[in-house]
Amino acid sequence: MAKAFDHRRWIPAPLLPRQDGRDASLVFVIAVLCFLACLTGIGGLGADRAAQGWGRQLKGSATIIVRSTISQVPDAVADQAVQVLGQVPGVKSAIAQDRSEAEALLAPWLGQDSVLQNLPLPRLVNVQLDVLKPATSESMANALKAAGLDVTVDDHTLWMKDIGRAGDMARGLAIATFALMALSAAAVITFATRAGMSMRHQIVELLHLTGAQDRFIADLFQTRFAIMAFFAGFLGAGAAAGLAAVVRTLGGAEGLTPVLPIAWTDLLITLPCPVVAALVAALAARLTTLGLLRAMP
Amino acid sequence: MSFCPAAPASPVVNSAVPSEKPPTVRFRDVGLRYGRSPEILRDISFDLEPGSFHFLTGASGAGKSSLLKLIYLANRPTRGQVQIFGQDAQRMRPKDLPGLRRRIGVVFQEIYLMEHLNVFDNTVLPLRIAGQNPQDYRNDAAELLNWVGLGRRMDAMPETLSGGERQRLAIARAVVGRPSIVLADEPTGNVDHEMGLRILRLLVELNRLGTTILIASHDQDLVARSGMPVMHLDGGRLSHSQSPFQPDLGAEPMGAGDI
Repeated sequence: MAKAFDHRRWIPAPLLPRQDGRDASLVFVIAVLCFLACLTGIGGLGADRAAQGWGRQLKGSATIIVRSTISQVPDAVADQAVQVLGQVPGVKSAIAQDRSEAEALLAPWLGQDSVLQNLPLPRLVNVQLDVLKPATSESMANALKAAGLDVTVDDHTLWMKDIGRAGDMARGLAIATFALMALSAAAVITFATRAGMSMRHQIVELLHLTGAQDRFIADLFQTRFAIMAFFAGFLGAGAAAGLAAVVRTLGGAEGLTPVLPIAWTDLLITLPCPVVAALVAALAARLTTLGLLRAMP
Repeated sequence: MSFCPAAPASPVVNSAVPSEKPPTVRFRDVGLRYGRSPEILRDISFDLEPGSFHFLTGASGAGKSSLLKLIYLANRPTRGQVQIFGQDAQRMRPKDLPGLRRRIGVVFQEIYLMEHLNVFDNTVLPLRIAGQNPQDYRNDAAELLNWVGLGRRMDAMPETLSGGERQRLAIARAVVGRPSIVLADEPTGNVDHEMGLRILRLLVELNRLGTTILIASHDQDLVARSGMPVMHLDGGRLSHSQSPFQPDLGAEPMGAGDI
């Protein structure tokens, strides 16, 4: 048997329903948008990191082509170049490739037949530069030429410009996509909140005609929609963080593809999402409520 | 505060004599139109004195609800002057309107209950909106619900209530804040004749306690039985008359037992 109602123990119920069947679609829409916005944000961070990485890799290295005369032993000339480079300020390390490595590089074009063995192959020296104060191509070339070596220094300047441009483009695109995604998420949250509000037009009218101050009514709806959007944002951001965590776990620091390396710290970008969604929804609900009330006498 | 009709009974004031106090409601040459349509109310002038009891009659679409809306400030007149409690409705500042609305109890034609709130929460809605402390009103609210015959249904949800119970809940909500005037738009529209009489008795009891009452109704039989003054709307114009019959709501003062 149900317990009789005791008005002395009555606790006021919330003036707006805690749950409403009509909210499900709104929560879904906000959650999906937050999920996409967070994924775009994480993707943007990854693209930025990839672009920086490419630049860093190219900036921090150089390749020296060392040619030898018939009377010289190519590997010995390459070793001499390594020693000379070791004295050049801004060079961190230099490693000469032996003949087999040079052959491997040319094999795709010349094949692995005896042709290669009869050719005087130049040797390559891979140089790692000090990233903070890298040696210039001129300083390396001068030092090598002073030692009587016939060399060509490739400091990747030609590639650097292209890679830098590509990196900037990837970074810009990622930021623009994230901004667009976040803005459209905010717009849809606003729209969905307004739609939800208009369904509650009757409650607004009843409270208004019963003598509620506009601020009182706006506070009610603002809180209601902020809580709902926070919950939806939490779901969306949580799902995005979960997916990114799976990618990070499966792919390691490089991610599933070197184009989008993901760091654990990237997941932090999802943290503000529920709060931002709540703020947007609260503002939309407040403005919509006040708009509805302004239209009433 | 008490809602018990056993409080010192003042005489039924159904044709109150004009006093020095401003009329509760004053209309002067009021016209109302919606958009570009013809005027639905034309040259309406009347006074409702404090403590008076009137019926507002007229055919469906005659403008009864529109007239009530002008009084409970849900609409503004197209022309003329509307005064509520001596204040010009057109000149009121928006921030003063909520306070004024709290002095007006409305039984809406559509009833407008909060379907997610139980009977008790629905009843005390105006008091919560006014920011009153629950401890100050919960006993009075329970007493009021007993008085309107919903004492045993305080925790019921509106969807489980009958038409008559919903009407009585709407009346309880309208009067719980002790308004100076109660406006009831077809309060007996959704109930049978017997329940209509019961609801009318409730409103008469409220009037005995000094509340000004205006009831819009197209139930001619009910109006005739009440013996109260009638304002009749026809073609957007208002005419006044005394009910052609003598009151027949029961000779004795009514209380909870009658309900």
